[in-house]
Amino acid sequence: MKDLPDTEERKAGLKGLGCSRKRVEDARFTQGKGNYVDDIKMAGMLHGDFVRSPYAHARVKSINAEAALALPGVIAVLTAKDLEPLGLHWMPTLAGDKQMVLADGKVLFQGQEVAFVVATDRYIAADAVDLVEVDYEDLPVVVDPFKAQDPDAPVLREDLEGVTEGAHGPRRHHNHIFTWEAGDEAGANAAIDGAEVVAEETIYYHRTHPCPLETCGCVASMDKVNGKLTLYGTFQAPHVVRTVASLLSGIDEHNIRVVSPDIGGGFGNKVGVYPGYVCSIVATIVTGKPVKWVEDRMENLMATAFARDYWMTGRIGATKDGRITGLHAHVTADHGAFDACADPTKFPAGFFHICTGSYDIPAAYCAVDGIYTNKAPGGVAYRCSFRVTEAAYFIERMIEVLAIKLGMDAAELRAKNFIRKEQFPYTSALGWEYDSGDYHTAWDKALKAVGYEALRKEQAERVEAFKRGETRKLLGIGLTHFTEIVGAGPVKNCDILGMGMFDSCEIRIHPTGSAIARLGTISQGQGHATTFAQILASEIGISADKITVEEGDTDTAPYGLGTYGSRSTPVAGAATAMAGRKIRAKAQMIAAYLLEVHDDDLEWDIDRFVVKGAPERFKTMAEIAYASYNQAIPGVEPGLEAVSYYDPPNMTYPFGAYICVMEIDVDTGEHEIRQFYALDDCGTRINPMIIEGQVHGGLTEALAIAMGQEIAYDDIGNVKTGTLMDFFLPTAWETPHYTTDHTETPSPHHPIGAKGVGESPNVGGVPAFSNAVHDAFRAFGLTQTHMPHDHWRIWKTARDLGLHG
Amino acid sequence: MSDKMHLKLTVNGEAHETLAEPRELLIHVLREQLGITGPHIGCETSHCGACTVDMGGKSVKACTVFAAQAQGAEITTVEGLGAPDGLHVLQEMFREHHGLQCGFCTPGMITRAWRLLQDNPSPTEEEVRFGMSGNLCRCTGYQNIVKAILAAADQMNAMKEAAE
Amino acid sequence: MIPSTFEYHRPDDLAAVIALLQEHGDEARVVAGGHSLIPMMKLRMADPAHLIDLQGLSDLKGIEIGDVIRIGAMTTQAEIIDHDGLAEAAPIMAEAARQIADPQVRNLGTVGGNIANGDPGNDMPGLMQCLDARFTLVGPDGTREVAARDFYEAAYVTTREEEEVLTAVSFDRPRGGYAYEKQKRKIGDYATAAAAVQIVAEGGRVSAASVAMTNLSDVPVFSAAAGAALEGTACGEEAVQAAVAAMLGDIDPMEDNRGPVEFKKHVAGVILARAIVRAWSRA
Repeated sequence: MKDLPDTEERKAGLKGLGCSRKRVEDARFTQGKGNYVDDIKMAGMLHGDFVRSPYAHARVKSINAEAALALPGVIAVLTAKDLEPLGLHWMPTLAGDKQMVLADGKVLFQGQEVAFVVATDRYIAADAVDLVEVDYEDLPVVVDPFKAQDPDAPVLREDLEGVTEGAHGPRRHHNHIFTWEAGDEAGANAAIDGAEVVAEETIYYHRTHPCPLETCGCVASMDKVNGKLTLYGTFQAPHVVRTVASLLSGIDEHNIRVVSPDIGGGFGNKVGVYPGYVCSIVATIVTGKPVKWVEDRMENLMATAFARDYWMTGRIGATKDGRITGLHAHVTADHGAFDACADPTKFPAGFFHICTGSYDIPAAYCAVDGIYTNKAPGGVAYRCSFRVTEAAYFIERMIEVLAIKLGMDAAELRAKNFIRKEQFPYTSALGWEYDSGDYHTAWDKALKAVGYEALRKEQAERVEAFKRGETRKLLGIGLTHFTEIVGAGPVKNCDILGMGMFDSCEIRIHPTGSAIARLGTISQGQGHATTFAQILASEIGISADKITVEEGDTDTAPYGLGTYGSRSTPVAGAATAMAGRKIRAKAQMIAAYLLEVHDDDLEWDIDRFVVKGAPERFKTMAEIAYASYNQAIPGVEPGLEAVSYYDPPNMTYPFGAYICVMEIDVDTGEHEIRQFYALDDCGTRINPMIIEGQVHGGLTEALAIAMGQEIAYDDIGNVKTGTLMDFFLPTAWETPHYTTDHTETPSPHHPIGAKGVGESPNVGGVPAFSNAVHDAFRAFGLTQTHMPHDHWRIWKTARDLGLHG
Repeated sequence: MSDKMHLKLTVNGEAHETLAEPRELLIHVLREQLGITGPHIGCETSHCGACTVDMGGKSVKACTVFAAQAQGAEITTVEGLGAPDGLHVLQEMFREHHGLQCGFCTPGMITRAWRLLQDNPSPTEEEVRFGMSGNLCRCTGYQNIVKAILAAADQMNAMKEAAE
Repeated sequence: MIPSTFEYHRPDDLAAVIALLQEHGDEARVVAGGHSLIPMMKLRMADPAHLIDLQGLSDLKGIEIGDVIRIGAMTTQAEIIDHDGLAEAAPIMAEAARQIADPQVRNLGTVGGNIANGDPGNDMPGLMQCLDARFTLVGPDGTREVAARDFYEAAYVTTREEEEVLTAVSFDRPRGGYAYEKQKRKIGDYATAAAAVQIVAEGGRVSAASVAMTNLSDVPVFSAAAGAALEGTACGEEAVQAAVAAMLGDIDPMEDNRGPVEFKKHVAGVILARAIVRAWSRA
């Protein structure tokens, strides 16, 4: 027998759970060898480009493409009229609505797709776009979701005139999409009306955009001889795209191959199906040549999926000593011109009803009204689970508002109302079953880490110094304790276009003891090729270094619902563990045969099965793998493969405690983040290095959203923030240093206890930054001011409070 | 379309000749004609730096340079930094310190850092943050990028010392 | 974002540039670093049929330091920052240049381009007001000098004739303390408000002061009144506020994404006050 490395060494060699394994993706990316959609080049490839509407609301009276078609190199100019015979001038949205692919008689938002030019190169296509003459007649524009509900507001969706029943119930106005509610309204009202203290506030979470560094695009290629369509693109959910493409085009699903190559960030922007994809498919079918469409940054910001735009009104009741008794929430949700929200079908407002947050609130109710306006469609989960960042922002602001009303410290108010550790699994008043949590431990750790009491003392001294005229800077302490809800979701109530939100993993062990795993998800930077191999390494005893992870090719990967809403670890990660366990179960039978013992006489030991009580008798997974291919084992099929489709029994509920310390210059509205502490509890930690990176990145997106990033419109629906000059993405210079920390409360229902983390820092970060701004002005009477807290808005807050003398 | 120009560029030490319209942007010529797809296109208005290449010893944004302006230029892209069988120290440190996630900004980021460390071999954290402020990243929050560049500077300085 | 077609010219002397400008009139544009023009062309807000690249004109580059400082129009912002002699002779130049755009853009963006295109958001025009610079313009009729303070007429409109080229800027070696103070939303942004200040102190009093503001009107603003308000004072709080009040009479900001007019005026005052205090501390 060979000398055995000791247990610890063998374990370390696996690079499994808990290891800060370096990423396998990085050698490729750092050398510039990534393969993103715009890197794809095919023989004879044509380029598509859109003619877009300069108007937010207008009748399209005519389109004249003659001059464009006369330009050498222009192959085609598609309009709605060309798509209509194919039934493709409109397409279904993920939210049960439909959306124009190309303007059908009118346009409803600035930047809407009007015609699709196909040319031999992108320069000619751009020239041709300028030559297409469109005659518009402008119509009254509605950009305010409240004014959109006026009885005499312009009818935006003429196609829905007279339709009183939408995908999510009755429509009560021509610009109303749905009303969705959860909880017991009478109970919540009674609890609030009877409360000793009631706080009310309207909180706006402004419209913004995920803006990944790579814009959206695709290359569609139809092989007309064998009838196969290949579609490369920036898809966070390639399998769903294949199904949708099949349903729309009538091409059998087996004849469609969808490939997500490397994706340059998604953050929810790449979940939806965009007109560019449909037009590219049509164009390749028509021309028989590959067609590439890649939008530019202005198009990306103007026309692809926005996020947020929720007007949230809350009422919260409490006892005098700060026990919350009830919560009532109403949201006016601006969905833009088409309802293209990317939510599970049965949840038109996503999981907004997680809005009771980390608190044990006995009675609660929320209602959301979806409204049409002349803005771009979307409503995606920008680095958060569906509408969870809105919910977290809402409750974390309401807690602060209540603390002001009570004259109480906001940290103490939170601690007083946290769901206690022993209450888990906890069923919220709005119907969720929180899987696990230990909020008090996390909270205490966070407050201690930042020296909370000393900070409050410093803040009080600063206020005095300010009043004495010794400083013009205020100090804000932004507190947040958020609870996320991720990992959608159980097939019984979660689906996208009818596809249950399970996910999948298929594993093949090679004869010499290495392996390949394929999943239904797709990384956009999360490092799946690294972390899923780690999950598997711990399950099957093969080093992560010997496991290839592949995703994104629908011809080879098992069907899955994709990567968004922090669902990859909770769902596909679970599928990976479960498939690994199937491998191990078969391996155990093989080992028993090889060792001539009964299955039950074996026990698993890191990377091998060992005969109980005889540690010198064992078979390693590598030996078992070899045997599975070269020995005839009675009753056991050759080979060592497994597949798991995992239907999660519940969501997971990651949580965290974030504290932001911010200096604010009341005269210029500038801010400086002095300290940011982020404690995350995402259950079992797979790769701490990657978790930390996810937190840094999510916090920076939260910083951008809270402090300046918005999609702003003027009164006639022009986008005012269409380039990166005006759409705020912080550079290294504006981004602070973050301190990360953790507690670890595993999910009881997840096979390895993991909960997911990618989106927590956005969900928790936004209220932390925003609360810091609010907190700085608390001593001067501020209750609520809306994001984004850019210089002039902070300045205006100071001005309105009389701080400019 | 206007007449094409005969364009000569030296990219990563290799001489290239190609035909291009004067209006073609350097980033398009590199990516589409020469197949050098490391530098990416992110914003097109010279804000994001994903298209950063080194031209004549300076970091520039190839989305805001006409190919015609680059006539005769010596250009280095991320593809020209490492050796065929090994990563450049910067590339290695970006991996070591998790300085990248989706990888889209990474070629521009590393190419910019490469020049920064030649101009200033021992930068402070503040100098790194200022020197890298022409490159946007949406994934990492920069903290690990800064760490990676500082670590690379240390290593490169140690290597230089050892060689002397 | 794809520009329209154009014919490209790379002449190697000024005469050839001027001949091209004469030939093509308003269909031609000269390009230096291109960081103002090329984005406009990509957005098709500018589509010159002829683009005249000045990079072949090596004598448009360079910095000469004497009693008069002369900076060639093709000198980049990065070269301004890195020039030791300039750092000593006119440190305000580097202080301002460091606040323009980002490192890559400063590597190509030139002083001449920043000055000549007349974008009120650019920083150099304001700074040139403060320094009372002269712009050298060469055209078919020869060379002339225009005072920076007479150069700007409206946004993107200057006294430069279509057939003229800005070849250099020159200004007397500035005296005393200086500051270029700029508030912006982020790296790469134009100023919400920026102030350029030079102050000469003699015997604890301001003997001369020059004040200019950026992006607070459709042209850069030289505020003679603000400078006058400081002169003869000990540059105390009252004098600073008098200068601010005087400056506010000279600016005319417009609302944009950076904020409404009232905010910009307030910030202009704060930024100027800071610039004065800093310049005075260095005087």
